[in-house]
Amino acid sequence: MLKRDWYKYLSGFLLLYAVIFGFIVGIPDTMIHETMRNLFYHVGMWFGMMAMLGTGFVYSLRYLRKFDEHEDIIAVEAVNVGLMFGFLGIFTGMIWANFTWGSPWVKDPKLNGAAVGMFIYLAYMILRGSIDDVHKRAKVGAVYNIFAFFLWIVFVMVLPRLAGDSIHPGKEDAPVLPMHLEPSMRIVFYPAMLGWILLGVWILNVRVRIRKLQLKMEG
Amino acid sequence: MKFFICQIPARTFYLLVSLHPISITPVLYSEIKYLVGKEIMLELKQKYVLNGILLYLLSTVFVTYLAFEDAITPETWNSLFWIILLFVAVNGISKSFMQESPARHLYYYTIASPQAIVLAKILYNLFLMAGLSFLAFGFFLLLMGNQVVNMPLFMLTLLLGSLGLSSVLTMVAAIASRASHNFSLMAILSFPIVLPLLATLMKVSKSAMNSMDWSGLLGFLVILVTINGAVIALAYLLFPYLWRD
Repeated sequence: MLKRDWYKYLSGFLLLYAVIFGFIVGIPDTMIHETMRNLFYHVGMWFGMMAMLGTGFVYSLRYLRKFDEHEDIIAVEAVNVGLMFGFLGIFTGMIWANFTWGSPWVKDPKLNGAAVGMFIYLAYMILRGSIDDVHKRAKVGAVYNIFAFFLWIVFVMVLPRLAGDSIHPGKEDAPVLPMHLEPSMRIVFYPAMLGWILLGVWILNVRVRIRKLQLKMEG
Repeated sequence: MKFFICQIPARTFYLLVSLHPISITPVLYSEIKYLVGKEIMLELKQKYVLNGILLYLLSTVFVTYLAFEDAITPETWNSLFWIILLFVAVNGISKSFMQESPARHLYYYTIASPQAIVLAKILYNLFLMAGLSFLAFGFFLLLMGNQVVNMPLFMLTLLLGSLGLSSVLTMVAAIASRASHNFSLMAILSFPIVLPLLATLMKVSKSAMNSMDWSGLLGFLVILVTINGAVIALAYLLFPYLWRD
């Protein structure tokens, strides 16, 4: 049991550690003060979302090689979990932005990139919903998923260059950048990110098992 | 661990390439030539479709001209131009895979490779979009005056934009044609996907409104060419899966 479920225990342990030490650890005094602790939770949503959407991309590719229904289920459920992380990321970001910038939504490339990702993957769900045949749905969905993931990654990479300056933390001149983190914050940040990603894998695992049971019950 | 992470891009690339062997043969060229010819003949036979798109373009520009009469600055000119072009492109290209019957498509499948079919559609839509975008520019000049300073750069943007819109939207039209409720699906699938291209195009053409200066634009032109090349490569690799039932 431990051999199979190790990542679930590890995820729980790491997140517990992040929740406790995220509030204890010393942080540098910057203009965003204590809200910097949101880094351990809000940025984790982004990491979880990227990991899940990346998983969906890889499983869509694998579906097109063997046409195994099992891989299509993993792809679509990974996108579902990715969407959940995305909405939580936008939601936690809005709470933080309301305190820091005085408005829940500002015009910023990082926020727009996340919003466009949500639109792309909601459209993916609508596309799947509008096709009745199971095999056709899986095939068309996989093609769209590969195409969309690629263009979305391009968008996320290109957008900051187009906009010029972002007020969102995570750039060289902004106060917070994971690469330039204080050592005391790093020992919480990296385990927290791993914990969120493993939590995503856990949710994905449960959802895939539910879907398979549903398929079996339908016959 | 580091080794494992380094493996991820290589594995992904392998998966992508192993989907379909890449082969460009003389047969492909001749198939594309005949298929583009077929598209042009079909368009000339059903002139009302083409005329419909032209009228759509003209009336959209005219409505915008009346609505924005006093408020045309180089920035609004630029935004309006590309948004109108996007809507015209979605309208013009969405019919690519819908105007012919499924039985006819099955027939094409027996005589030509799917790669040739998708490349021919992209090429034909490129001609269509290039024509429409130059026409839209003409209407804009006529009704809203010239705001473009750097004309060669703007022309280059129009050409790259036509290629990009035609390749992305052809692929989305192929995806949307496999589902029911096509038209609204076409819009919700294509608008977010086309954004990286559209945002870069608007950025480059905006700098063509401001100055003759070409410096600092090379990066954006490289981004445009890369997006175009990658989308065409993805269409080449992925279309065979859409085609088969």
